[in-house]
Amino acid sequence: MKNKKFIAGLVTILFAVTMIAGCGGGTPDPTPSETPDSVKVGVNLELSGNVAQFGQAVANAVEMAFEEINAAGGANGIMLEPVLYDNRSDNAESLNVATRLASQDNVPVIIGPVTSSNTLAAIPVSEQFEVSVVTPTGTATAVTVDDRTGETRPFMFRTCFIDPFQGEVAAQFAAQNLEATTASIYVDNNSDYSKGLEASFQSAFEGFGGEIVSVEGFVIEDRDFRSTLTRMIGNNPDVIFIPAYEEQVALIISQARELGYEGALVGTDGWDGPRLPEVNSPENLQNAYFTNHYTSESDDPKVVEFVNNYRDAYGSTPTALAALGYDAAYVVADAIARAGSGDKIAIRDAIASTSGFVGVTGTVTLDEQHNPVKSAVILGFDDEGRQTYVTTVDPN
Amino acid sequence: MKNALLFYGVYNRKGVSMDIFIQQVINGLSLGSIYALIALGYTMVYGIIKLINFAHGEIYMIGAYIGFFAITSMGLGFIPALIIAMIGCAILGMAIEKIAYKPLRKSTRIAVLITAIGVSLFLQYTTVFFLRPEPRIFPKILTDGRFNIFGLKAYITYQQLTIFIVTILLVVLLQYIVHFTKTGKAMRAVAFDKDAATLMGINTNNIISITFAIGSALAGAAGVMVGVYYSAINPLMGIMPGLKAFVAAVLGGIGIIPGAFTGGMIMGVIEAMVSGYGNSLYRDAVAFLILIIILIFKPTGLFGKSEREKV
Repeated sequence: MKNKKFIAGLVTILFAVTMIAGCGGGTPDPTPSETPDSVKVGVNLELSGNVAQFGQAVANAVEMAFEEINAAGGANGIMLEPVLYDNRSDNAESLNVATRLASQDNVPVIIGPVTSSNTLAAIPVSEQFEVSVVTPTGTATAVTVDDRTGETRPFMFRTCFIDPFQGEVAAQFAAQNLEATTASIYVDNNSDYSKGLEASFQSAFEGFGGEIVSVEGFVIEDRDFRSTLTRMIGNNPDVIFIPAYEEQVALIISQARELGYEGALVGTDGWDGPRLPEVNSPENLQNAYFTNHYTSESDDPKVVEFVNNYRDAYGSTPTALAALGYDAAYVVADAIARAGSGDKIAIRDAIASTSGFVGVTGTVTLDEQHNPVKSAVILGFDDEGRQTYVTTVDPN
Repeated sequence: MKNALLFYGVYNRKGVSMDIFIQQVINGLSLGSIYALIALGYTMVYGIIKLINFAHGEIYMIGAYIGFFAITSMGLGFIPALIIAMIGCAILGMAIEKIAYKPLRKSTRIAVLITAIGVSLFLQYTTVFFLRPEPRIFPKILTDGRFNIFGLKAYITYQQLTIFIVTILLVVLLQYIVHFTKTGKAMRAVAFDKDAATLMGINTNNIISITFAIGSALAGAAGVMVGVYYSAINPLMGIMPGLKAFVAAVLGGIGIIPGAFTGGMIMGVIEAMVSGYGNSLYRDAVAFLILIIILIFKPTGLFGKSEREKV
């Protein structure tokens, strides 16, 4: 009996230990700033944690963009000073970093974070301190538009296309180019990004006359997907759609192929990065495709110049994340130049009126919901596991 | 295998695909082998000093990292990396025992337990600090490939086969050490009655050290195999498998070596079945539900005898 009590006590302790809560906060500190010489720009990125490789890529590109802008005389004569903090790929920490940038560093505008979840966490700060938040890559609809009221969030912006569009593009590609009639969806249950894409893929795929045969979920700590995949493959889908990030997707693809699945795997920009070819042999990656914002193989002179400069500076080919980070930095610089001051509201209005801005990921014009209208590319993998361009899909 | 045959009848009659079922059993046994190796360490340490060593999951994690560096920096193959990780973990396990647990041997059990949780967090975040928090890709050192089983559409990969074989070999070796060597006899004596064993001239401190070393070496082996199997390792990877292996040890009857092995295998298969035929998101919930049920209805575990506190 003593034993039983002891172990029961243990279990109680276990549950207590497992529950770790993060919290953060700050005090409002209104600061009228009118600095013509230089303006601080906050950068809130995932430099460590689950999606660190994305945050690092964006950080590199943003740093490079600001160096170029300052070397060319600044944004309309205003020097840009980036203030960079790590949010550890954590929602609570993202809120803390945004608060610190807005209240202590008094920045008028923040670039980042990378993921939709972390960006959503920064929304209260943008409204409380009237600081514009420009996410280079947060694709969830709710980042710029309040789901409940349908109103545009006044201080939230993005420079990438939105989730529904990627889900539609992926569904269109699966139904028309791959001629798929059945699809399974494997969703990351921790991620707003993944769930948003699930919904848009499902409705678009059904709109093309296809059938969703199963929807399964995983959680971010999972390393073993074999059991769920075995069941999913048992339904014989033409396509498995995996709207998730490369860390898990790399393992999912390897385990699905190991279990004998030979059908198509389709994903989204979360697949971009080094992990898929690192974990998978090139054979595994055949018949795997994903939607993306840009391709480094483009012959657009602006892209070529960016790719070469990035390679010189960091020794690797810039991913789409890097390209989007680079464009976000330039969009912010363009807005500061047009605002001609470090004033929060002037900069906000300037970002909102961005129109016809030519970046490396396409021409950016922000609509009334603060979303850019751009085209998407579909990428695949060649027989050495390198990304190759497959086709381009235009909005509508 | 007994389980597989039992389910065979049930599912075959219902007409559920045999291929998928066999595949799930293989998935489950691979995962179960890992749990079993970790659970053995929990159970051995509990058997000898009545301590749930919560740092055990972290020893498994460090084993994975030692294997990783042995392969990437030293260019070693799978077996040498496995052996180095086992030796490294054995030393780490003994060091933890000497530094953290031995000074508390006369303290209350709860004090030692809290210390174990402290050691666990210390190892996690020290690894985060020195080796960075992001996941690392474990190099592919076993060739990709798979066998078809019984002509069905179910496969067993070389990696899974390696895990089974290594696990079985290690468990056989462990049984040999415990039952047929002098050290093993001393271990059983210390587990039975520490004071009496001391009076009989057994150096209990040494025996406790050896127990930690053997248990940790098994966890280290599990770590390297998980690296190979899942291709990715990270500093917090020990938490969940550590807890699951603890459940496995309790399920089999904590302190009982065959119990830990069986418990691990059962846990692995149950998880695969929950993911495969239920909902993968309930998998962890089911694992801990088993713990609660066992504690309520049979706290001594499947292999436990009613005479308490004995091994």
